[in-house]
Amino acid sequence: MKERAVKGLKIKESLIFERSAPDRRGIEPSYGAVPAIPPADLIPKRFLRSPDDTMEGFPEVSEGDVVRHYTRLSQWNFGVDTGFYPLGSCTMKYNPRINESIARLPGFKDLHPMQDEEYTQGALRLMFELAEDLSEITGMGAMTLQPAAGAQGELCGLLAIAAYFKERGINKKRVIIPDTAHGTNPASAHIAGFDVTPVKVGPEGILTLSSVLDVLDDDVAAIMLTNPNTLGLFESHIKEIADALHERGGLMYCDGANLNALMGISRLGDMGVDVIHINLHKTFSSPHGGGGPGSGPVGVIKALEPYLPVPRIVKKGDTFALDSEYPLSIGRLGAFYGNFAVMVRAYAYIRRLGPEGLKRVSETAILNANYIRAGLKERFELPFDHVPCMHECVFSDKRQNEHGVSTLDMAKRLMDYGYHPPTIYFPTVVHGAMMIEPTETESLETLDNFIKTMISIADEAESEPEIIKNAPHNTIVGRIDEARAARKPCLRWTEPKEESS
Amino acid sequence: MPYAPLTDKEREKILTRIGVTDFAALLEGLPRWLRFNGDLKIRPGMSEQDLLGHFKDLAGSNRALDSIVSFLGAGAYNHYIPATVDSLISRSEFFTSYTPYQPEISQGTLQAVFEYQTLIAQLTAMDISNASLYDGASAAAEAAAMAVRVTKRRGVLLSGALHPAYRQTIRTYLQASHDKIQEVPFCTETGATAVEGVRSAITDETACLVVGHPNFFGSIEELEELSGILHERGILLIVAVTEPLSLALLKPPGACGADIVVGEGQSFGNSLNYGGPYFGFMAIREKHLRQMPGRVVGKTRDSEGRSAYCLTFATREQHIRRERATSNICTNQGLATLAAGIYLTSLGRSGLKKLARINLSRAAYLKKKLESVCGVRPAFSAPTFNEFAVKLPVEANKVLCALRKKGFIGGLALGKYYEGLPDSILLCVTEMNSRADMDSFSAALKEMLKELG
Amino acid sequence: MSTPEDLKYTKEHEWVRLEGDTAVVGITDHAQDSLGDVVYVELPEEGSDVTKDEAFGVVESVKAVSDLYAPLSGNVVEVNEAVVDAPEVINEDPYGEGWMIKIESPSEEDIAALLSADEYEQYVEEEK
Repeated sequence: MKERAVKGLKIKESLIFERSAPDRRGIEPSYGAVPAIPPADLIPKRFLRSPDDTMEGFPEVSEGDVVRHYTRLSQWNFGVDTGFYPLGSCTMKYNPRINESIARLPGFKDLHPMQDEEYTQGALRLMFELAEDLSEITGMGAMTLQPAAGAQGELCGLLAIAAYFKERGINKKRVIIPDTAHGTNPASAHIAGFDVTPVKVGPEGILTLSSVLDVLDDDVAAIMLTNPNTLGLFESHIKEIADALHERGGLMYCDGANLNALMGISRLGDMGVDVIHINLHKTFSSPHGGGGPGSGPVGVIKALEPYLPVPRIVKKGDTFALDSEYPLSIGRLGAFYGNFAVMVRAYAYIRRLGPEGLKRVSETAILNANYIRAGLKERFELPFDHVPCMHECVFSDKRQNEHGVSTLDMAKRLMDYGYHPPTIYFPTVVHGAMMIEPTETESLETLDNFIKTMISIADEAESEPEIIKNAPHNTIVGRIDEARAARKPCLRWTEPKEESS
Repeated sequence: MPYAPLTDKEREKILTRIGVTDFAALLEGLPRWLRFNGDLKIRPGMSEQDLLGHFKDLAGSNRALDSIVSFLGAGAYNHYIPATVDSLISRSEFFTSYTPYQPEISQGTLQAVFEYQTLIAQLTAMDISNASLYDGASAAAEAAAMAVRVTKRRGVLLSGALHPAYRQTIRTYLQASHDKIQEVPFCTETGATAVEGVRSAITDETACLVVGHPNFFGSIEELEELSGILHERGILLIVAVTEPLSLALLKPPGACGADIVVGEGQSFGNSLNYGGPYFGFMAIREKHLRQMPGRVVGKTRDSEGRSAYCLTFATREQHIRRERATSNICTNQGLATLAAGIYLTSLGRSGLKKLARINLSRAAYLKKKLESVCGVRPAFSAPTFNEFAVKLPVEANKVLCALRKKGFIGGLALGKYYEGLPDSILLCVTEMNSRADMDSFSAALKEMLKELG
Repeated sequence: MSTPEDLKYTKEHEWVRLEGDTAVVGITDHAQDSLGDVVYVELPEEGSDVTKDEAFGVVESVKAVSDLYAPLSGNVVEVNEAVVDAPEVINEDPYGEGWMIKIESPSEEDIAALLSADEYEQYVEEEK
């Protein structure tokens, strides 16, 4: 398998500021029939920029320059559309194009958030029905769509938990979080006013009741569990843990980031979970956009509904409305109602698939992950081997370490073969973790080729480790000096100093 | 089945490779009592063609600004988006990629973010910008929390003329940290933050003041005077900009003594989308870099000395510092900031400045026009950009409701947010409002007030 | 991994060199190696007091951050500004140019509690 991935024409492109020339015009707006009034006639000069202010080299480029600039930049990127993107826990599945068309319908995209409800019935109905479907899929009693991303969803859920206890005059200060959790969990818990108690996962890679009992007392407000967890494993003891927690008056928070493996297969709400957040940009296929926007709805049991953020979407007869009359609510999380256009895409995805389709999605995601695991476990160390794994599988670099090759090296080498690397070095409980999430949208050929490539890299690690250690060889830039970026910070372009005349 | 392409035969092959007879056997590894055996009670699936039809119906039961004359602003602005924006953000190398964890195959996103950071720094006249936050309101909340960390004080002052949803969001974010939040009144004559009110609210425990600029009423704030008062006591000035187009016209906050500038970036190339996704920008002074929330991209070199970009200063962030991180935020609003970068460079310096002047001129045109309507007068005296409040002779909701029937969204009734302003409305005028629209709107208002009065 | 015989150590991976009445403090070769490229160091002000086992500063690499724990209580008489300006020195010469602070007149008791080179190496082995 010496066939290196790609050779393609990728053209160097400078910063847009360096393409700029004085007085070059881009897209010029027009005054139309309204007379131009000099700003100084309307606003005192002390409030105004001086007319000849160059704004520190703000670019002046042509429309053609802009199009070429960003087109070239796009060609340096790797997306799901470019190739296999098994970035664990990020669920990089195919993004259906029909969802893009739908989100761009003028009735959605040109809708102003402050418009009267009589003009926004379609949007409100869409949000209401999406929340209903998400509640059914997860088994929760109520759902808010307001959080803009998973991390904001965590904050929302934890603030609701804090408000629930405060209302009851109960003082609980701690949140238990396993060492396999996403870093956002402890960070969100801290902002919500809790102290974090870490707990180690058991020898099978999942949390055990006994380890929870060791740290569980009346001061524990919540346990934050990710299910399936970041090792790709189903937390089989979740119900016993939730029961023990409930007995001490605590609430169970489940990070549902990995819901992609559960639709129609298992419902978090049926396992004693009180609060969950999910990610529409993962399970429900909205594009990741180079780092966002996402959307992080939060589902709760009925007892926690009064604390959800306002405004809430309510149905009154046949009409829908925004309702802010929830005196116990934690408040607002943002200026409006969350990332509506992401919700549109997610709802289109659900409506396209229906119940059978969603179940098929989760089944296929599980099958694909188990297939990759079976295909690689002969050559890569698999620290946790419970069958089945759910949406993803996690290997370590232990065997390749013997040849001086690390996970980072293998990740970079995968690029040479035209793949996006898996998530690496997370979770930290696995040495040199490689977290592989194939998703359901890949063909069997893709999975087979990826397995072959990984095995070929394992061969290279034994026979010619240097080629891996110096990878990638075919990308537009080589390995990046990240230490330099942090030691000598350069976070923006600045105008070159003018030569003194 | 859509979006899950395995054939039955391929499923068989996979099951065999895994070593089980069927999918149910694979699931034996999960406790039986935690499995869901019913059918999800959601509506059945449909074909792509039917799906489009269904969503066209849903969209059609909205009445959006493409089909109605609107003067709504209040934190979300109806601007023209050049065709370059949608064309370029639709390149799927951009929109189907994720956070640039692997810089060698993400230089496109990384350079675009670096350019975005530069554009924001240039517009605000600040040292550094981050890679963006969720929206303007949460960015304001993050800024207040940052000011608490920087000053090690716990008092947060909010201008009463700051967007109400921003004030609420700040309260949500800070509710658990026991920081003391206090509102400072606005001057009922100018509509700007009451300087004397700020002076008397300050204590040794004050960390920051957050003001809108222009504020919720569209009033331009006396930033330099405010920053002078605050800096004497070591307090940070946080400027929240809901309409960033104003930055092209007004003296930038960084030149007026702002310590943190945050705002809503939607105006720059992002559709209204019924409230999101938008993006929150944040620009800061370099000395506060280590307390900044959110991602940031830096320039460096690759192994062969070529210029390259990567995420940097990650040790501030949640995935490394966990509960001691500067924020819990993980992603930025990547695609929304990409749209902003394309928008800003498409217009360029002169285009953007001109657009800001057009907005100013058109708003001034309508303001003057409305002042000529009997009984209507400006609610406040401070200078404004493209948004302003007027006082009507009758209750505002009544008028807005009647205007809707004539096909106009006549702005926002302020009474919902300020008890003392039941007869005032907030209007916004952008390049999307033609002279003809404004003429017919003021004529309609005139006629209506005659009927009502 | 190098562990000079003439130094004392802590379980938090700091080293101490006794020079008359002054204790020079830095992080061990093992510590810098596990951190990777050090990019930032935060040290206390000259003249401030540090307390044994309490954090006195922070050291960061690209992908990790670690508190620095005082091996001894006492007054900080000198701070190595050179490592603040060029933190890579800590990777290059952890026991020499990469020193961090000097603490005046540590107590006999504190000194006695430090580990020898052998004890430290054994501890690192166990931790693996």
